[in-house]
Amino acid sequence: MVDLSVKIGDVTLQNPIMPASGAFSWDYGDVIDLNRLGGLVAKTICREPRLGNPTPRMAETEAGIIQSIGLPGKGIDYFLENIVPEYNKWEPPLIVSVSADTAEDFAAMTRDLSVDGVDVIEVNISCPTKAPSGGNFAMHSEHTKMVMDGIRAATDKPVWAKLSPNAGDIVSIAVAAEEAGADAVVLCNTFLSLKIRTDNFRPALGNKFGGLVSPALKPIVMRMVYQVAQECTIPVIGIGGVTKAEDVVEYMLAGASGVGIGYAGFRNPTALTTIIDDLEEWCDERGIKEISELIGAVRDDDIEWDPLVAASHGV
Amino acid sequence: MTDLTPEDKYSAKPIRIGEVDPHPDKPAGEFISIVVTNDYVNDEYLKIVVDVPDRALTAKAGQFFHLLCPTPDGAEVWMRRPMSIYRVDSENKRLEFLYKKEGRGTQGMAMLEPGDEFNIVGPLGVGFWLEESWKNIVVLGRGVGLATLAPLSQLAAEHNVGVTAILSARNPEVVMSRDLFEGLGANVIEVVDTDDSSNVDNVEKILEGLIADGKADAFFTCGSNRLLTLMKRLGKTHDVAGQVAMEQNMACGLGACYICMRTFEVDGEKTLRRVCRDGPCFNMQEAVGW
Repeated sequence: MVDLSVKIGDVTLQNPIMPASGAFSWDYGDVIDLNRLGGLVAKTICREPRLGNPTPRMAETEAGIIQSIGLPGKGIDYFLENIVPEYNKWEPPLIVSVSADTAEDFAAMTRDLSVDGVDVIEVNISCPTKAPSGGNFAMHSEHTKMVMDGIRAATDKPVWAKLSPNAGDIVSIAVAAEEAGADAVVLCNTFLSLKIRTDNFRPALGNKFGGLVSPALKPIVMRMVYQVAQECTIPVIGIGGVTKAEDVVEYMLAGASGVGIGYAGFRNPTALTTIIDDLEEWCDERGIKEISELIGAVRDDDIEWDPLVAASHGV
Repeated sequence: MTDLTPEDKYSAKPIRIGEVDPHPDKPAGEFISIVVTNDYVNDEYLKIVVDVPDRALTAKAGQFFHLLCPTPDGAEVWMRRPMSIYRVDSENKRLEFLYKKEGRGTQGMAMLEPGDEFNIVGPLGVGFWLEESWKNIVVLGRGVGLATLAPLSQLAAEHNVGVTAILSARNPEVVMSRDLFEGLGANVIEVVDTDDSSNVDNVEKILEGLIADGKADAFFTCGSNRLLTLMKRLGKTHDVAGQVAMEQNMACGLGACYICMRTFEVDGEKTLRRVCRDGPCFNMQEAVGW
């Protein structure tokens, strides 16, 4: 039977399947066995309690939903006292997601979250809908470097940097995060989107802009994962449009060491555990002994670039 | 390349009728139900009856299921649709939902035929509750909100609690849940728009009368902001406890995503709560309405 475990820096996950931050809570334990997941990823926590954005927080479009939640939460004290213990009732490592408005507070919060029971700190330096200004450092490589430098100095815990697909050049942002000492990069946060209702001429979301959540993101993020994996040596985690085991395989071939899943868990609460089962079966059928063999195993070094020759090949 | 079927596109392992349940102790599950009937019960509303695996039958009054509606138009229906339970038929191992064709989800749902599979997640949320001291309750609902309130008839009957059900609708033909309430011994009062008996002043008089007669230890409502406002006001004046079932668009249905928020007021402070997990049934006096 295949060994599904993957290493993200110093952290070993029993399999590469994780929920995406914001799309998950221990409430999913009402339906599935959370101990089967590669990691548990908490919703992004901010220092002070936040109500989040005005409703409506979700709207359907032809190509997926757009959503704008606004990082609601009860603040860091409540989080440490109540939510960390809730997740610690389960076995997989806890990945805590954090956001702040300033580089200084990002560092301070990272320090405050570096406690027993927290295994990884995912720094959400890319939330597109938290506020019109501030917080989204991952749009520029110099901002990314600055905020990540402070974060790195503040903790010995593994730090994963969650990046934005809305940045012009994702590779330079990822390189900046690596240079600042990130242990992994997470690609990506959501794509900034807009829906306008034609019945009343108003934006469909209370916060106007939202992030697109959809299987349609997969080929776009796949390209980003591939490009970043070519340039960075730290592990990459791919998030966007995973709905089946083959999608996980595809992300790993592109260079990802793990994946995050959002939409599929909304649609089918049994999706994450089913994908783990299917992934195991997929590997066993093909005699793959260790799933980590798939990381970056895309075969693109012998691509035929001559169109006249390529067009004479099979498909 | 062949086209992917929905089963190939989306991974899931819902529990089917007759299968061994891998998580018999978990409060909710993803189930494949089988459609028994799906027909109009009057000019406006449809009722779908589905066979379900045993665990789905643990649903309580006021809880809901999150329904994966088929597409009505070939394009994807991205999110499930939450729907409260109309009736749990434990004897025949069936669930019943009452609905109105409104958006794409319910339009797709209306296309389901006997024998079709229907993926449902639940039971979810906090249902209605009865307190020991309540001997007589008043149920007031309008339109499809009456479907949500219908299971209260059963719950009250089990606890020997007397029920007065005030059923509001546009016209007498579309009054919902009359048979369920009458069948279990409730005192049913119908109010309709066609003879103006459903206007708030008249409903207020009826409620005042029930309070005076000692028939209103608690209020229950769903489906109308006007009626919620009325019951809240009377409940506050006469110290009558109450519950309201709320609705809101949802994504996960489990409490994780914080999309289905509504405003509540607790001890003078406004706050947001998740309809899916903190509700959908709430203390009426804390609900701000919609």
